[in-house]
Amino acid sequence: MSDPQAHVVILGAGHAGGTLAALLRQYGHPGPITLIGEEPLPPYQRPPLSKAWLKGEADADALALKPLEFYAEHQIDFRPGVRGEKLERSAKRVHLSDGTGVSYDALVIATGARAIALPIPGADLDGVMFLRTAADAETLKATIGPGKTLAVVGGGYIGLEVAASGRSLGAEVVVLEREDRLLARVACEALSTFFKGYHEARGVAFELGCEVVAFEGSRHVTGVKLADARIISCDAVVVGVGAHPNDELAKDAGLDCARGVVVDLQARTSDPAIFAIGDVAHRPMPIYDRMFRMESVPNALEQAKQAACAITGRPAPVGETPWQWSDQYDLKLQIAGYAFDVDEIILRGDPKSAKFAVFHLKGDQLQSVEAINSPPEFMMGKQLILNRKPVDKARLADPTVSMKEVAA
Amino acid sequence: MAKITYIEFDGTEHVVDVKPGLSVMEGAVKNNIPGIDADCGGACACATCHVHVDDAWLTKTGDKSAMEESMLDFAEGVDENSRLSCQIKVTDELDGLIVRMPESQH
Repeated sequence: MSDPQAHVVILGAGHAGGTLAALLRQYGHPGPITLIGEEPLPPYQRPPLSKAWLKGEADADALALKPLEFYAEHQIDFRPGVRGEKLERSAKRVHLSDGTGVSYDALVIATGARAIALPIPGADLDGVMFLRTAADAETLKATIGPGKTLAVVGGGYIGLEVAASGRSLGAEVVVLEREDRLLARVACEALSTFFKGYHEARGVAFELGCEVVAFEGSRHVTGVKLADARIISCDAVVVGVGAHPNDELAKDAGLDCARGVVVDLQARTSDPAIFAIGDVAHRPMPIYDRMFRMESVPNALEQAKQAACAITGRPAPVGETPWQWSDQYDLKLQIAGYAFDVDEIILRGDPKSAKFAVFHLKGDQLQSVEAINSPPEFMMGKQLILNRKPVDKARLADPTVSMKEVAA
Repeated sequence: MAKITYIEFDGTEHVVDVKPGLSVMEGAVKNNIPGIDADCGGACACATCHVHVDDAWLTKTGDKSAMEESMLDFAEGVDENSRLSCQIKVTDELDGLIVRMPESQH
């Protein structure tokens, strides 16, 4: 493509869309850029909403990717409070929720994902919340505190981060999880056991293997009803049971979709004039020789780079190791890679010391590492996953051998 | 405001005013200065905001935490002036600070 005067329209002003708009200018794209966001705020970081921001350690200015003035100063037409309704590919035009339309030369779908709601009675009661947007986080922060009980439905990363922040704010917290262990879909058993113990020692209660059947209350939620008829009393609920890609606009327009909008390594969809990036994209990951959809900031940034390079005619970015992080209490969890096709798990360090790493291997190749308060294991693991170098398992399992020596 | 000079690997200089309270990383990112990726937004989780602090400013930028030291150990092209810019808080004291970016943040 690389038409300098191309009008780039970005649908979705989250971390991916906001980053792309800024990168296009950084890479010297002189043509018009329109950034369309459903929320009233300019692009901001979501990860702190369940962590530093919720605990009052970061303010709104710190959350913003760029100050509001940035967009006007860089001739980026930022249009908040508007969403794309219909994509007319033959006319290269998007119809918007405010009744207007916008024509594009390149369109980037960066519409993200939305929190999955539980289809049970009481789901619309006041005090039953999600944590997806800054507005959600404001509501949650205003609701919890000393003397309040917060019920968290879903023992995934969001749920556990909210639980930790809730305790820091003085609330009682109970986490309700359907599976018989925490983080069941995303982490190994060693990590599940470790996190449960760490949270319990800080006052969080858990109900595992339980099914939530209703939220109780007349206007505001007062409890969560379980399948065994027990009612867990609470003042607020956060539901964190996963997210669904906002890919309807793309589907309706006939773009190839799988578990999200299908793209190539340039973030290009089945229509060469249309890209999809971030949580909404179903993308190839060459080191695992497969395609999947990721929900993480590093993925949003990488795909923003891929699309920006394709649009401005730059060479594509070099390959990456996908990664993510989580902060709970004084724990820093850093995860590199995904545990696909794993036949062996190696523990390095002692979980009792809250400083250890779990390595997932396929043969002698590292597929993924989960590192708790262990930056060397994370940093070196990330490189080993990318360069596919065979690993000496005995040395990896021995914490007295440094990670630099392991990788040497 | 503190005036901070960010110098890209190719020598391109960016001089910007940064509000005290922000980090040196945020000063670069919010002004769209290339060369500092800051993937994790300042959580000290990624080491993609590596900078070399000018000799004259080393003591004023303070000490590294164990976590920062440990992350930096695995970044590329590290020397004794290396810092993670998300861990340097901007104060009036840092008016005039000069930092240089490495060739890449990977």
